[in-house]
Amino acid sequence: MAKRVGMEVALAVAEAVGQCNIDMAAVYPITPQSHIGEHLSDLVADGKIDAEFVTVESEHSAISAIIGASGTGARVYTATSSQGLMLMHEILPIASAMRLPLVMGIANRAVSGPLNILNDHSDIMPQRDSGWISMFVENGQEAIDLSIQAFKIAEHKDVNLPVCVNIDGFQLTHMVEPVEFPDQELVDKFLPARVPFATLHPSNPVTMGAFAMSDYFTEIMKAKDEALKNSKKTILAVWDEWAKIFGRTYKPVETYKAEGADILLVTMGSMGETAEIAIDELREKGVAAGLVKLRLWRPFPFAEIKEVLTKAKKVLVTDRAVSFGGPGGPVCGEIKAALYHEAVKPAIYNYIIGLGGRDVRVSDFTSMINQVAAADASKVTDTYEFLGVRE
Amino acid sequence: MTKKNGPAGWQEITTGCVVLRPGSASEYHTGSWRSQRPIWDNSKCIKCGICYVFCPEGCVQQTEDGFFKANMDYCKGCGICAHECWPRAIKIVEEG
Repeated sequence: MAKRVGMEVALAVAEAVGQCNIDMAAVYPITPQSHIGEHLSDLVADGKIDAEFVTVESEHSAISAIIGASGTGARVYTATSSQGLMLMHEILPIASAMRLPLVMGIANRAVSGPLNILNDHSDIMPQRDSGWISMFVENGQEAIDLSIQAFKIAEHKDVNLPVCVNIDGFQLTHMVEPVEFPDQELVDKFLPARVPFATLHPSNPVTMGAFAMSDYFTEIMKAKDEALKNSKKTILAVWDEWAKIFGRTYKPVETYKAEGADILLVTMGSMGETAEIAIDELREKGVAAGLVKLRLWRPFPFAEIKEVLTKAKKVLVTDRAVSFGGPGGPVCGEIKAALYHEAVKPAIYNYIIGLGGRDVRVSDFTSMINQVAAADASKVTDTYEFLGVRE
Repeated sequence: MTKKNGPAGWQEITTGCVVLRPGSASEYHTGSWRSQRPIWDNSKCIKCGICYVFCPEGCVQQTEDGFFKANMDYCKGCGICAHECWPRAIKIVEEG
């Protein structure tokens, strides 16, 4: 039976990755980072996991090294954050185009400038169109579970894509939480050895990352788009299997007291748990508010979002990043796109919150929902608000 | 563009666009990009091989009589061979 322990979430993620029989990891240790890489290197050095830990000279090299290793058929992992993820940016679409399964833990932290490195989603949002599967977790247990599931999804024969697990920096990665690790025997059964579609081997040479001109590039991009969209079937199947074995259920879009709600609040990441408390308080006062939590960022769960949000009169979308000079927050932009063709759709309000580690309290959620409740839905405009910004 | 025997539609692309047959890049005749071509004047050529050394495509080859010529399937007409040829045995002329 799995034992419940108190552990810093970043260390717990490293322990979970250590349960996945990885062959190789490459992590660059300078800040902004998390303790994921540090603890993983301890596990390797202490002989607790049998893997190569490659020390590299930058995050650009870390991601490049695991791509190369994945090309040989290895099971690989890296972790990064903030500026480190920005340095990896050039390489991310190469991994997905080459259809190489990788797993990356991202401790979401603000990007410079100004130099900040506290928690928000401004590091992952510029990577949105890189062709990676991108998932968010709410707490330490989910960080463990999704880190293990990520290998199964990435390496599945119908997927073969890189997966990133987004874990809010500090708010999650540096917190000590009660977590339980799945039994090793069950993880081994859940996660069989990788069967690569092709490998780099001298006795059977292949070319990975070949050159393609305009006569093939469009077809290759179409194939990549279809692969990412199709990955949802596997993601759902893996989550079903996980629920059967380990008893914890995961969905692309999860709800809390959303039944019969006139106002639905949308969050992504660790804020979901704080938002639940706000919803409880409002429900007690008779406000028909509910919560929708987005777990799967890419491939974007259009059908699930439509199904749940079209039932409300008003939708309040929170974003922890800004698409400067654009539609406001990137999550809200996606939700508006999802609902555009619906005959009956809610009024949508967008709040930018929790930038650069600014606390988002229960009272912030209740005050946002109260503002939206008081607003005239017929007068809603395409504007967004920076919550609590000092004038 | 050279006609290639590659996949027609996106569904025929191999996973990750992996090329499973080694050496298949030689079927891509990049000489079709050329707008100029090198012409050797063997009366000036001293068979030093500097054109062979400098050709970035590796398409200049020595013939049995010791002189040099470019494989026009791959020569892009860059003109480096003519620039490097100090006896000025190579000139670059417009295609067509």
